[in-house]
Amino acid sequence: MAIGLEKYEAVIGLEVHAQLLTRSKLFCGCSTAFGAPPNGNVCPVCMGMPGVLPVLNRQAVELAVRAGIAAHSEIAPHSIFDRKSYFYPDLPKGYQISQYETPVCKGGYVELPAKDGEEPKRIRLVRIHLEEDAGKNIHEADGSLVDFNRSGVPLVEIVSEPDIRSADEAGAYLRALHAILRYADISDARMEEGSMRCDVNVSVRPRGTEKLGVKSEIKNLNSFRFVEKAIEFEVSRQIEILEAGGKIAQETHLWDPVREETRPMRSKEFAHDYRYFPEPDLPPLRIPPDLVEAVKSTMPEMPAERRARYVRDYTLSPYEADVLVAEREVADYFEAALPGLKNRKAAANWVMTEVLRAIRESAKPLAEAAPKPAETGSLLRMVEAQKISLNAAKTAFAAMCKSGKGAEATVAELGLAQVSDEAAIAEVCDKVIAAHPKELAEYRGGRDKLFGFFVGQAMKAMGGKANPKVINELLKKKLAG
Amino acid sequence: MTSELNKLSVSEARDMLRKREVSSREITRACLDRIAEVEPRLSAFITVSEREALEQADAADRRLGSGDAPAMCGIPIALKDIYCTRGVRTTCASKILENFVPPFDATVIAKLRAEGAVFLGKTNMDEFAMGSSTENSAFGPTRNPYDLERVAGGSSGGSAAAVAADECLASLGTDTGGSIREPASFCGVVGIKPTYSRVSRYGVIAYASSLDQVGPFAKTVRDAAILLRALAGVDSHDSTCSARPVPDYEKALTGDVKGLRIGVPKEYFVEGMEREVKIAVRAALKHYESLGARLVDISLPHTPYAIGCYYLVATAEASANLARYDGVRYGFRAESENTDELYNRSRAKGFGAEVKRRIMLGTFALSAGYYDAYYLKAQKVRTLIRRDFERAFTNCDVIVVPVAPATAFRLGEKTADPLTMYLSDIFTISVNLAGLPGMSIPCGYDGDGLPIGMQMIGPAFSEETIFRTGDAYERSRAQAKRPTKV
Repeated sequence: MAIGLEKYEAVIGLEVHAQLLTRSKLFCGCSTAFGAPPNGNVCPVCMGMPGVLPVLNRQAVELAVRAGIAAHSEIAPHSIFDRKSYFYPDLPKGYQISQYETPVCKGGYVELPAKDGEEPKRIRLVRIHLEEDAGKNIHEADGSLVDFNRSGVPLVEIVSEPDIRSADEAGAYLRALHAILRYADISDARMEEGSMRCDVNVSVRPRGTEKLGVKSEIKNLNSFRFVEKAIEFEVSRQIEILEAGGKIAQETHLWDPVREETRPMRSKEFAHDYRYFPEPDLPPLRIPPDLVEAVKSTMPEMPAERRARYVRDYTLSPYEADVLVAEREVADYFEAALPGLKNRKAAANWVMTEVLRAIRESAKPLAEAAPKPAETGSLLRMVEAQKISLNAAKTAFAAMCKSGKGAEATVAELGLAQVSDEAAIAEVCDKVIAAHPKELAEYRGGRDKLFGFFVGQAMKAMGGKANPKVINELLKKKLAG
Repeated sequence: MTSELNKLSVSEARDMLRKREVSSREITRACLDRIAEVEPRLSAFITVSEREALEQADAADRRLGSGDAPAMCGIPIALKDIYCTRGVRTTCASKILENFVPPFDATVIAKLRAEGAVFLGKTNMDEFAMGSSTENSAFGPTRNPYDLERVAGGSSGGSAAAVAADECLASLGTDTGGSIREPASFCGVVGIKPTYSRVSRYGVIAYASSLDQVGPFAKTVRDAAILLRALAGVDSHDSTCSARPVPDYEKALTGDVKGLRIGVPKEYFVEGMEREVKIAVRAALKHYESLGARLVDISLPHTPYAIGCYYLVATAEASANLARYDGVRYGFRAESENTDELYNRSRAKGFGAEVKRRIMLGTFALSAGYYDAYYLKAQKVRTLIRRDFERAFTNCDVIVVPVAPATAFRLGEKTADPLTMYLSDIFTISVNLAGLPGMSIPCGYDGDGLPIGMQMIGPAFSEETIFRTGDAYERSRAQAKRPTKV
């Protein structure tokens, strides 16, 4: 990847499509639920029957406004819909209802998490507009079928300025956008299910120059990882061509995830004149200021603000804050576990390691994978109060994840409570010393390393539940004689 | 008696049905018999739904017996084959929809069904409403009931001819550039294109969405008023449909036009018009003066640009509206090896010549590099035409002009030259571009005995004034309707 990068700079812009979290489609009452049988969620409108007309879904408009507010965009008080014409079997009307010259949101930016010691970078947006999704072609041995369940599903297309300079930055932008969309309940933004999709525009130019190079567009990218890999591949490919004295062709490429390379589409597949013109079946979309204000009042704290607050108020590192805020439910969980805890950094570490591991290992959503956050908080308070050891807490947590039982009950059931009673520990220490006269003599003769041996014996005798600090102190005194 | 029931007007039939003097089945039977008698010569219908019509008539009779009688209950009417009718084939006079049976009703069909109207069948038209003579039909032309060698007008020629020939009491058409008014004029019946947005377009197969409007054909102005009241009103399926309350248009029929200011635009009485048409409309204007109306000279200076403007706006919208006929989901599908062939062959074989001409024209007008010069320019001209009318209506209440420059022409006379055919709509097209209401009513016959129509145009939502103006003429000067020759 590094070939030529000291000489060339990548210029990258992303077009992200996100499915809005509406119950019904953009222009008809059909359900948007995932997983219905093929052509189960269709009606004359989304099948493009003769004579049908679109009626705009109000909730979709509100969600697009939400996206605009979350991305600091200007909400257009007046915008129109356009028809984008092309023939494809999954496009029932022969045109897609989209927005061309007047998108619902203009401008704005997405803030990337700051790297340590740097100011956070902002990726500016060109626009966010509303449009309908197409159906899906399914090719089988004896012919092709079309499923129109997705036809008419509401999308926002979020178009960035070419502000992105590397594959890593593109990944960071996508993760930040993903978090924003999920935080504000705009989209569930699942790339695997297709509720978030990404097309990439890439060009390269000699460092220090302003003029944009010829760009290529990459499609068929359905994971963050593929986006990053495809950009790396494409940037190298373009630099190699330029270095060999060649010219970049403006073309569309498809990402091949198996061969991990991009390959150009046939020019016929993308040489479209979309013949946009205003959609006569829909009146102009008017968004009054009071609607914008009403939506604003329901916006949650967004990830960038939350990240800043964690660093400022909880003294977390930018990296820790970033891991916690990436998913709203994880950050919410962290905060719900905090009451009564002094050491927030320890709590953050716990969530980042134990809770995220529980999600990963169970492959379940957070609510099912981990105990209620109050119980995790209770467990961590027991650690802070030295009622249990950190290791015991981990054992208890693993058990709680499976059983769903509370922290107190689990610690009691597993007998994990720590013994801090000095008299009891002193009695055990005396017994251990008395049972190992040879080791005692050696220790007193200068073999300091044997201290660990005595601690281990004492801890073993107490079933691992003794407070190690107390054992250490008592043994030091007693062995010294 | 029964043999004449098909000649009833809607208002007569409504009153007789309510008094139980006649049954819907009897009227419906009379219409079906008339259809069987004249169709071989007239070809006004593409599909006659006899069984369904009689079932609807019987249901209406039961409802009338229980005292529940909405205006249209039991009234047999015909529907232009552009309205989606649940379970009844809807072709739009195109091979590409030859066997299409919609799974849903257009909103106006659902409204009429709810009132208990009886649907006799689907009438002939120019394919996808593109034409002025009903010669562009995949099912052959409809003939004019006053001269079977002449056209019925178009695109709603079947609906106009069916009313003129007493095959039904009334019918529905659609009007994008004159498709109700011109055939009404050619066939000697009343036809109104309401204000754009007055009637829902949901389920009406689209030609040019910003121009298409639903309207009735009837034997009298009163009947047209009764029908429009049943059709008009807000629709949750059509976001361009107006929420304005629908007046009781019949109440506007006072017969009084004293003090009414009638605008007479100089641009509509031009060289090249048939003399008899000009004379008939002038005579009607004189008659209005005798009734106490005042004639006002006005000007609509952008009229000469209307046809050019229309053929850009309408074809641009049509090129997208007709993209859905691709052979994938419904309608005609040609044998093919791959997707491109499927599109090309299905559309090449499924669409007629005029439809293809307009799709190509519209595709061109929207193409990269031409959009500003054609589509955008046409939209600007459209605004100027709209303003012409706004200015004119500061000086008058209604405008009265001819519907067409000539009476019905001979079959085949204009098919070879599309531009000559397009000029048939020269007096009707501006009204669609401006979104205004316009009505055609008969005002005499030419030397060949062919009907002449005059058109009354009003400001947006002035249907009451238009009905009042038309009705006042009809009740004070109506010449006896001449018998048709079918």
